[in-house]
Amino acid sequence: MALRKILVANRGEIAVRIIRAAQDLGLATVQVYSKADADMLAVRLADEAVEIGPAHPVKSYLKIDAILQAARDTGADAIHPGYGFLAENAGFAEAVEAAGLVFIGPTPETIRTMGDKAAARASAQAAGVPVVPGSDGVISDLATAPALAEAIGYPVMIKAAAGGGGRGIRVAQDADELATLLPQASQEARSAFGDGSLYLERFVPRARHVEVQVLGDGRTAVHLYERECSLQRRRQKVWEEAPARALPNDVRAALCASAVRLAEACHYRGAGTLEYLYDDASGEFFFIEMNTRIQVEHPVTEMVTGIDLVRAMIRIAGGEPLGLKQSDIVLRGHAIEVRINAEDAARDFMPNPGTVSGLTVPGGFGVRFDTMLYTGYTVPPFYDSLLGKLIVWDDTREGALLRLRRALAELQVEGLKTTVPLHMALARDPDVAAGRVHTRWLEGWLPTASFEGPSQGGAAP
Amino acid sequence: MAITTVACPLPGTFYRRPAPDQPPFKGEGDAVSVGDTLGLVEVMKSFTPVTAEIAGTIKQFHVEDEDAVMAGQPLLDIET
Repeated sequence: MALRKILVANRGEIAVRIIRAAQDLGLATVQVYSKADADMLAVRLADEAVEIGPAHPVKSYLKIDAILQAARDTGADAIHPGYGFLAENAGFAEAVEAAGLVFIGPTPETIRTMGDKAAARASAQAAGVPVVPGSDGVISDLATAPALAEAIGYPVMIKAAAGGGGRGIRVAQDADELATLLPQASQEARSAFGDGSLYLERFVPRARHVEVQVLGDGRTAVHLYERECSLQRRRQKVWEEAPARALPNDVRAALCASAVRLAEACHYRGAGTLEYLYDDASGEFFFIEMNTRIQVEHPVTEMVTGIDLVRAMIRIAGGEPLGLKQSDIVLRGHAIEVRINAEDAARDFMPNPGTVSGLTVPGGFGVRFDTMLYTGYTVPPFYDSLLGKLIVWDDTREGALLRLRRALAELQVEGLKTTVPLHMALARDPDVAAGRVHTRWLEGWLPTASFEGPSQGGAAP
Repeated sequence: MAITTVACPLPGTFYRRPAPDQPPFKGEGDAVSVGDTLGLVEVMKSFTPVTAEIAGTIKQFHVEDEDAVMAGQPLLDIET
């Protein structure tokens, strides 16, 4: 069906991004908001706005009934979930469809399968996509562990099935270490989690995080090349690039082809991302998970392919065919995105909500700033700290890095502490310039970095 | 008998329990010692505990679990 009016079930910078894409298609827009978000930019930009509840997300942005009621009251015919909140909630996608509306994203079945780690891994294996070698579930008999570890390949990680967030993990370099660590791990898991179940997985000591963007219409899918997001703090990405320059061309081709196989196998509809670990040392890549939504870092892909991903999602949801062949997608130049968060980099990234007393937005060729900020806006403390994303593009990565330094120097967010000083320091770091990074690099680098002195510099040295 | 009001140290969301499926840290009438956790304030997904700086008995809570709170807002009264 041809869509006429889109309801945005999100907030912040992504709500602004979706409203702009919808308006670029000539569609009407409805923004829902919590009591704490009445003055947010997306509310100002949308044609209509509906308050759906108090500040707490459980009572507003996660409240399915209130969102569907807002859609009925305004006559919206489709809902875009953005990222976070209800974006990967299969029950929400089902409720939207049951209400006779269009969910701008994949089917509830795809969301459910890919949201289940074991099912996603099995789907990937069935599609011939390499996954991190592991024990495929808990080890039923610890006596079989040495043979399993041999097949997986050392170093292996011993993980507590009941653990999570990095807890209950040990690394064995060889069979001797495995014999020592296994009983310890089992005992610790029993006392810490009340469950001694363990599983094994290959440990990649210096992994890069690479991810492939796909677009599908439920029948065919294409890839839009990959991003590298290795610079992370507490598993949160802070800096993303496209393409991943560390990949040799043959690896890039194999990686992207594997993503298309999995996307087509699950009849993927809309924009999605397959996340992988890449091991520089061996040149191997391993599928970790699929995100069945638009991602924060999608603009770097848009900058190197020239394709508006959010607009493509809306068109596909409206029933248009993909309209893109793989050969239509040409990689051009290099893009870098840095996340501007309301956090004080000099004080262990303490959250720093407050009022924007002044704002200078960088501009010029190859510079894009996707943000929710305006002068006088008060950033509420109830949601995440992302204020915006500064994205730069140039023919080469070296040129993009220089442009990033220039744009960061122009960007002034007054009244709040932001992560601009972090990105200033990263943009001048020799390891970052050389691409000598991995997923744990940033956390090792932070204690050595200094963000003191003026937070906003002048011209780059 | 003196009443001390505990003010919220920073703006955010106030939680009276460590997790949704767990009992509150403290209820009205409970005794508190210095250093006891009275609640959590979530600011942009980062959690800061609110701890007791004096010993006494909780007289009254002024906010509910999951309420939006501002810096300086009274959270609860402790009778010493």
